[in-house]
Amino acid sequence: MSQRSYYLLIIIALVLALAIYIVIPNSPGIHVGSFNKDFITRLGLDLVGGVQALLEADLPANTPIEAGAMDAATGIVENRVNGLGLTEAMVQKAGERRIVVELPGETDPERALATIQQTGLLEFVDMSTISQNEAFNLVESKIRTDFGQSSQLPTTPVTPTQSITSTLPISQTFHTIMTGADLKNVNVTTSQTGQYQVAFTLSSNGAKIFSDFTGAHINDVLAIVVDKKVISTPTIQGAIPNGEGVITGKFTSEEANNLAVQLRYGSLPIPLKVIEIRTVGPTLGQESLQMSLRAGLIGFSIVILFMLLYYRLPGAVADVAIIIYALITFAIFRFIPITLTLPGIAGFLLSTGSALDANILIFERMKEEMRSGKTLRQSVDLGWKRAWPSIRDSNIATIITCSILFWFGSTYGATIVKGFSITLLLGVIVSLFSAIVITRVLMELVTRNFKSKNYSKWFGI
Amino acid sequence: MINILGKRYYFFALSLLIIIPGLILLGSMSATKKLPLAIDFTGGSLLEVRFANATPSDIDLIGLYNNLGVGDVKVQTTSTGSYVIRSSVLEDSTRAKIADELGKEYNSEVTVLRFESVGPTIGREVTSRAAQAVAVAALIVALYMTFAFRGVPHAIRYGICAIIAMFHDVCVVLSLAAIGSILWGWQIDSLFLTALLTVIGFSVQDKVVVFDRIRENTGIYRRLSFETLVNHSIVQTLGRSLNTQLMTVEFMLLALALFGGVTLREFAMVLLVGLFSGTYSSIFIAAPILVVWEGREWTRWFHRRENTASA
Repeated sequence: MSQRSYYLLIIIALVLALAIYIVIPNSPGIHVGSFNKDFITRLGLDLVGGVQALLEADLPANTPIEAGAMDAATGIVENRVNGLGLTEAMVQKAGERRIVVELPGETDPERALATIQQTGLLEFVDMSTISQNEAFNLVESKIRTDFGQSSQLPTTPVTPTQSITSTLPISQTFHTIMTGADLKNVNVTTSQTGQYQVAFTLSSNGAKIFSDFTGAHINDVLAIVVDKKVISTPTIQGAIPNGEGVITGKFTSEEANNLAVQLRYGSLPIPLKVIEIRTVGPTLGQESLQMSLRAGLIGFSIVILFMLLYYRLPGAVADVAIIIYALITFAIFRFIPITLTLPGIAGFLLSTGSALDANILIFERMKEEMRSGKTLRQSVDLGWKRAWPSIRDSNIATIITCSILFWFGSTYGATIVKGFSITLLLGVIVSLFSAIVITRVLMELVTRNFKSKNYSKWFGI
Repeated sequence: MINILGKRYYFFALSLLIIIPGLILLGSMSATKKLPLAIDFTGGSLLEVRFANATPSDIDLIGLYNNLGVGDVKVQTTSTGSYVIRSSVLEDSTRAKIADELGKEYNSEVTVLRFESVGPTIGREVTSRAAQAVAVAALIVALYMTFAFRGVPHAIRYGICAIIAMFHDVCVVLSLAAIGSILWGWQIDSLFLTALLTVIGFSVQDKVVVFDRIRENTGIYRRLSFETLVNHSIVQTLGRSLNTQLMTVEFMLLALALFGGVTLREFAMVLLVGLFSGTYSSIFIAAPILVVWEGREWTRWFHRRENTASA
């Protein structure tokens, strides 16, 4: 066996070991230094039940939409959704004007929609009770304020607020001085030293409150809170009498813009409407999961058996290669992680067929060469060489189709199409590796140690 | 050696026999606006419920919906005893209470298995983009084929023949959808579209395998006639085609169709038939068309038809 084959064998063994490490249930994950990764099988809505919603910018169709504004809206929706306390919620931009929200495990579509559609709430919060450092440490975390506890905000759903209280970093309830309703104008400016800062103007009512408060609280922290999440904790430098203020901080241009957007619109930089909603009950999801797993297992077993009976020795080698292939592909699904949907499982099974196709092409070629009187070693070599162009061209054709499907699925928020194409795509790519590296090295290993001359028994000729 | 190409016009006829009735069916559905398009494309709502101890009739359910001010109601019962109710888009207020209303009306526990609602604008957009996706896929694949076969004479023919055969497969699948919608109430939804695009992808995969053999043999057997050469290539790849398609992929799909649950059944059936058609068309449509093209046989179609058929 050539030296190259030995190297390949070692690589295969390493890849396989890694794949098994990722695939085993309750895999401990990888935690090296700052690199942390846990491996989970992420199941789609159609398998565990849940809610999927597609939101669209509620503006006339030909209005251009700023990418930054859409990103900000996506971030805000994500914040709200996180309040639902689901572990695998996903919020993603789809195309230029849409956002997909996926909430696996959510059983109540009404609650989910209420949370997504709630108007975001901007508050100026008094943090004079804690030190500047303590306040700074609260940035990006949720806090409790005294605004909205009463009947002032009937639209805020009660449940999500309750579900997050347990995880608040600080149990104190802060006082809200005023809300975004009093804000008139917000801009990004630069200071004399070139620092980005956010300048704002208040309504006359707001200016009065602000003037009183800032005058009494110099050197205290006035926190800016959106949807109960602390965005920034500026310190009051001096009284602001005319209702015009500046928020300074170590902002990059982008951060300053984002803050301005959040302040300006209090909530969403772009109005959103729900254009599509899909709910799968947990019962249907579980039934589908069980049935498709059983179907997959049955299909897989039949195919493995067929390969063994029809192609004998090479068939057995291909079976080993296919099982390794399945492990690697599944490991990739868990590593990325890819959300497995029902069509996704179908895509995976189809790619298994594609992986076998490569093997079958090679074996058929090999048999032809053997029939024409070539030696075993020669036939194995030639089988590979001759089958390669058609394996390459046919798989590239499939990869092209998958890419177009993936593009189509991700642009239109058609997650089932996306799920199918991504599993098929990854599967086809791994199948190429499986056929040209794994099967080949294993075949070389086997034929090298193969002594029998009874070809009809071992190769089915 | 089996002479497949000699009977090529019989195979063409067989394909037309399957495709034409299906397309006529589809055309008449389209003319009467009864195309079985799912809410993915038309917009609307779909509610699938299971009643613990009630079996309301379709008419009752339609009546209940109409009382709530919802039109366009169609009810279907599934093999697992659940009800699929399709209607125009439900208003927010109606959506919230529909399950409760159903439970009250029939005095039974109601389990919501699935609820989907698609706005009409997105439905239209998905339809046109889907058509674009298919067209772009076909075009790029044809270009790739032409590129991959650049070494052989008339490389472009291989791409075009692959596309013709691909349309054949698409037509077979559409035919199946038309028949399925009448017999089993199938709907054309985005899952169907996914299946269709997959058929396109795998259809090309099959053609490449047969064409690749022709490409290779062109260099080896320079003195054979093109027809004999193609026939030889088809026969050589027959084993692979049958084993890959029928024994492996089709087995997987059959298992999915039989045991994979309601949601996947239609999808698996479409793939099953579509991929079979893909294999069939690479042997009996794509390669023979190459030969027809090489011999410019259409010039003889109306003169000595009986001779060409047995050539």
